[in-house]
Amino acid sequence: MMDREHMISCITEWVPGAKAEEGTEWTTLSIPGESWPELAQRLRDEADWQMDFLFCLTCIDWKTHLTMVYHLTSTRHRHILVIKADLPADDAVIHTASHLWKTAIFHEREVFEMFGVRFSKHPDLRLLILPDGWEGRNPMKKDFEDPVNMIRM
Amino acid sequence: MHEVLGTTTDGDLVINVGPQHPATHGVLHLVITLHGETIRKVDPHLGYIHRSIEKMCESLTYRQFIYVTSRMDYLSAHINNHACALCVEKGLQVEVPARAQYIRVLMDELTRIASHELWWGAMAMDLGAFTPFFHAFRERENINDIMEETCGARLTMNYMVPGGVMADIHPNFQKRVKSFIQLFRSKFDEYNEMVTGNIIFQNRMKGVGYLSAEDAISYGCTGPTARGSGVSCDVRKIMPYELYNQVQFDEILETGGDSFARYMVRLREMNESINIIEQVIDNIPEGDYQAKTKAVLKLPKGEFYTRVETARGELGVYIVSEGGTTPYRIKFRSPGFSNLSALDHMARGSKIGDLVAMMGTLDLVIPDIDR
Repeated sequence: MMDREHMISCITEWVPGAKAEEGTEWTTLSIPGESWPELAQRLRDEADWQMDFLFCLTCIDWKTHLTMVYHLTSTRHRHILVIKADLPADDAVIHTASHLWKTAIFHEREVFEMFGVRFSKHPDLRLLILPDGWEGRNPMKKDFEDPVNMIRM
Repeated sequence: MHEVLGTTTDGDLVINVGPQHPATHGVLHLVITLHGETIRKVDPHLGYIHRSIEKMCESLTYRQFIYVTSRMDYLSAHINNHACALCVEKGLQVEVPARAQYIRVLMDELTRIASHELWWGAMAMDLGAFTPFFHAFRERENINDIMEETCGARLTMNYMVPGGVMADIHPNFQKRVKSFIQLFRSKFDEYNEMVTGNIIFQNRMKGVGYLSAEDAISYGCTGPTARGSGVSCDVRKIMPYELYNQVQFDEILETGGDSFARYMVRLREMNESINIIEQVIDNIPEGDYQAKTKAVLKLPKGEFYTRVETARGELGVYIVSEGGTTPYRIKFRSPGFSNLSALDHMARGSKIGDLVAMMGTLDLVIPDIDR
C-alpha cells in the first residue's frame, strides 16, 4: 500500500507535466494525454504499483474540453489512484488502455459513442449501445439536443 | 436487428440470439459466429433497454435521482439506492444514525438473497429444469412481502434516501424476518438436493465457461463472477461501508473458475447473508431512522465516488458536482457491463449449448448493463 505523497512524487517524476489535485478522497493526478500509454504500462507492471484492476473508465464533458477519468486499483496492494487527462473538445484522441486492461474494450466503446473520444489502437472501436447511424452525434455531450425531447414537447 | 442469418466467407455461420430470447432474461442481443457447433465469437449488441439514466440524472436533484437508479439493476434496487445515498452523504458529510445503518444492512442482505433466489431459479430453468423456479419463488415471495410491508413496494423500493431511510420499519418487520430465516434454513437443503447434486446439472456446469483469475481482473469482473475464479473482490470486505466491518461474515471464494464455481459462490452467499441478518436483526438500536438534512440538497464542488457490493458485483457511483442542486455528471459503473464483456472470452471454443449455462452463471440483468 502506497501513501499519497509517495504516489504523487513517483508519478510527477515519470510524467513531468503531472499535477496532483487537492482535497480528493483518493490520490488524483492530471496528466497530459500523450503520456498516458507509457504511464499506464508502468502503473500496471511496476512491482510496487501493480494496478491490475481498472474499475472505472469514464469521461466528463466540460464544454471547453473533455476529461478522461481512469480509476485504478491493485488487487494485491489495494491502493487506489485516479488519473485524469484533458483532451481538446474538437479533436479528442487518446491511446487505448484495452491492451493492458481488457475491461477498457467495452468502456472505451461506450465513451467513444457517448462523448466522441477516439481511442487510437483500440482493437474494435464501433458503436456498442447506440443503434447504427448514430455516428458523429454524441448524446452524453452537453451540447447534444435530442430532436425528440419528451420534456419540451 | 442488423445481422441476419448468413454465412461468412470461410463458411462460418452467423446467428442472432435475442434480443427476444428466453435465456437472455431481457433484451440482450448476441451475434454469434459458429463453426459447426463451436462458438468462434460472441458479439453483444446492447442498448435495447438503454434509457440514458446517466444523462437523465444530470437534470434531477440529489433527492430525485435516486429513484431512477432503482430501475438499473432492479433485482438489487435497495443496494443501488444505497450506493447513491452513500455518495450524496459523502458529499454532504452527513452522519447516518445507527438505526438507519442497521436497517440498510438488513435490507441489502435481504435483497441479495432475493436476487440470488431469482437467479437460482431462472438459471435452473435455462438448463431445462422448471421446478426449482417455483421453489425459489416460494422463498423469494416472503422477502417481497417483508419489503412491501416496510417500503410499500416489492421491486423498486426507493427506500434509502440521503441521510437514512424513508420511513421506520414496520412493527412486524423483525418477527417476519426471523420467520423467514427459519423458513430459508429449512428449505435450503432442498436446493442442493434438487440442483447442486444432480449429475446432469453438474455435467453441464463443470469445466464450462472457464475464466482465469487474471482474466477476471483484466475484464473488470466483480462479484460472484470473479469470486468463482478465486479473486477476492468483495467491497464489503475491502472497503467496508455501514456496519460491514462490525459483523462477522466470510467472503465466499471458489477456485474452479468454471460455471459450477460461480454457481457455488452464489449459493453459499445466500447462507452468508442469512448469517449477517441473524447478527443484526435483534440489535437494531432505537433512535432516528433519518438524519436531518436540508430540503434542497447542494453538494460542494468536487468529485465523490462510492463503491458498494450489489448481488452482481461492484457498483460504483461517481458524482461530479459543480456546487449546484443537480449533478454535473454522474457515472454508474455497473457490475453487469464489465461481467458481460468477459462472455466472448469465456465462450470461444465451447459448444453453443453451453452458452446458456455461461450466461446463467454470469447473472446478467440487462437494464443494469444498458443503464
